[in-house]
Amino acid sequence: MNNVMTFRHTVPGWLRQAASIAVILCIVLAIWSVAATLANPAPSDPEPGWLPANWWNDRPILPSPPQVAVATWNGLFGYPVSSPRSLIFHAGVTLEAALAGFALATIIGIALATAIVHSRLLDKGLLPWVIVSQSIPVLATAPMIVVVLGNAGFTGLLPKAVISASLAFFPVTIGMCKGLRAAGSAQIELLHTYNASGSQIFRKLRWPAAIPYLFPALKVAMALAITGAIVGELPTGAQAGLGARLLIASYNGLMLLMWATLVVASLTAGLSVGVLTLIERALPRFRASQ
Amino acid sequence: MKRLAGIVAVVAGIAALAIVGIAPPAALVLSAVCAVGGFYALAGLAEIESRPAVVLTPALFAVLVLFLWEVLTRGFAIPMILLPSPGIIGAAFWQMLPELLQDVRQTVLYAAIPGFLIGTSLGLLAGALVDRSPFLQQGLLPLSNFASVIPIVGVAPIMIMWFGFGGESKAAVVILITFFPAFVNMVAGLGQASRIERDLMTSYAATYWQTMRKLRLPAALPFLFAALKINASLSLIGAIVAEFFGTPVHGIGFRISAEIGHLALDHVWAAILIAALVGSISYALLAAAERSVTFWHPSQLSGRTRPRP
Repeated sequence: MNNVMTFRHTVPGWLRQAASIAVILCIVLAIWSVAATLANPAPSDPEPGWLPANWWNDRPILPSPPQVAVATWNGLFGYPVSSPRSLIFHAGVTLEAALAGFALATIIGIALATAIVHSRLLDKGLLPWVIVSQSIPVLATAPMIVVVLGNAGFTGLLPKAVISASLAFFPVTIGMCKGLRAAGSAQIELLHTYNASGSQIFRKLRWPAAIPYLFPALKVAMALAITGAIVGELPTGAQAGLGARLLIASYNGLMLLMWATLVVASLTAGLSVGVLTLIERALPRFRASQ
Repeated sequence: MKRLAGIVAVVAGIAALAIVGIAPPAALVLSAVCAVGGFYALAGLAEIESRPAVVLTPALFAVLVLFLWEVLTRGFAIPMILLPSPGIIGAAFWQMLPELLQDVRQTVLYAAIPGFLIGTSLGLLAGALVDRSPFLQQGLLPLSNFASVIPIVGVAPIMIMWFGFGGESKAAVVILITFFPAFVNMVAGLGQASRIERDLMTSYAATYWQTMRKLRLPAALPFLFAALKINASLSLIGAIVAEFFGTPVHGIGFRISAEIGHLALDHVWAAILIAALVGSISYALLAAAERSVTFWHPSQLSGRTRPRP
């Protein structure tokens, strides 16, 4: 008990958190390793080594942790970046569409929220539908968007960006509606006594007050934009992108490629959201005060 | 004045619908009149705070948008492979209804609901277990933040290789997607009961289960319902998108990808319409259940009738 107390009081918080993360990851790895050992048949010509032979089965049912690590590493760094076998290349294609969609969603979301906050008609008539649409599987429209825009002559980046944006603008709109209303009525009245115009109130009060709400919404939007871009690559047999890679792996039964692609997709999403977190932290005066 | 604008809008709208097949330019002019008058009248309705007005405004707003969609697609003769009109979609929906209900049965009964139930229960259970270890909780917050940005639906091809093309593989995807929201909200919800309330339970010599049942689970209910609502829409999305990777010959996702192959846009819209209906109905049921169970919570009491600044 005494030891626990000293551990708790002398070890800094971030280190305890890191230890906790490490323990959880070890538990996950242990379960995964046991499952991989049980699930896979041994290959006919086992490679010598200290790891279980069935961890290196070429057509695994559940790839083992080192197998996935090697496949991911090869996918990322085994080929030149311009090669269609490089996962960096495919991640770049997907990320490009996702970022375009994310930018579109941010602009549309902020514009829509500004309009909703300033118009009672949109507030009462449109906002309920924006909220209801959260429970609708918008992603189901992805194949249609690809085909319709394809018929209209748009292929490649734009349909994927539109799908990403159609998913990602909801959190931005709803977050900014909350944020632009976060300034209290006392503050708004104060600016009225200064004879501030509507645009001045927006610039000097509503907008700064909304920034703490903007970034959490943007992070959700970024994650959705990447999912949208990946799903947008499924229906048309796109040649490049993580979604296309997944589909090819799926058709050919390439389990290792699927896992590596998923790992890269997760890393891409994690890094993009991480960059947003860094930007948020670099703006100290806008940090959420709640 | 606004009432008059509303009457003019309704008359112009009906006239526009009546003549759009005969004289498109005249119908477009009438629909412009209808739009201006309609939005002007709605702006007046939006000022009223009464309960019927709060319901009527979005409903009439939707009617107006659907009307404009109908008249503009027909007036400008927009080809059906770009955007079918609501009337055509409605007719396709009605005509395909038996088929669509079979798709709903496949997607919802065999994939979304089993996945939702299993994934949510596993997440809640894991959350309750982790709640007993403060050490593990510290690491789980950043890890589940990371898990929440992963495009989990990408595991669909793996699940199809493991469980085949049927509903089981879709249910497996849904289990993975719904696990984390349930888990995170359970941990956060169980943290809601304050130190002092828990100490009180201890002073009553309450057991772990008694504290759970009488204090901590009720306090966690708003979070649990948040998880259920998120998971309801996620499970539908997960099941539909997983079907894009391959299915037996039923399912909403299958219907969408098959009909888009024939460029039958009206059928695609009908399938999307039924997915939207299923999604909103399940959300509405959960919201109603939440209101009846957590009526005492501040989030349910305030905010609905209070005017916004």
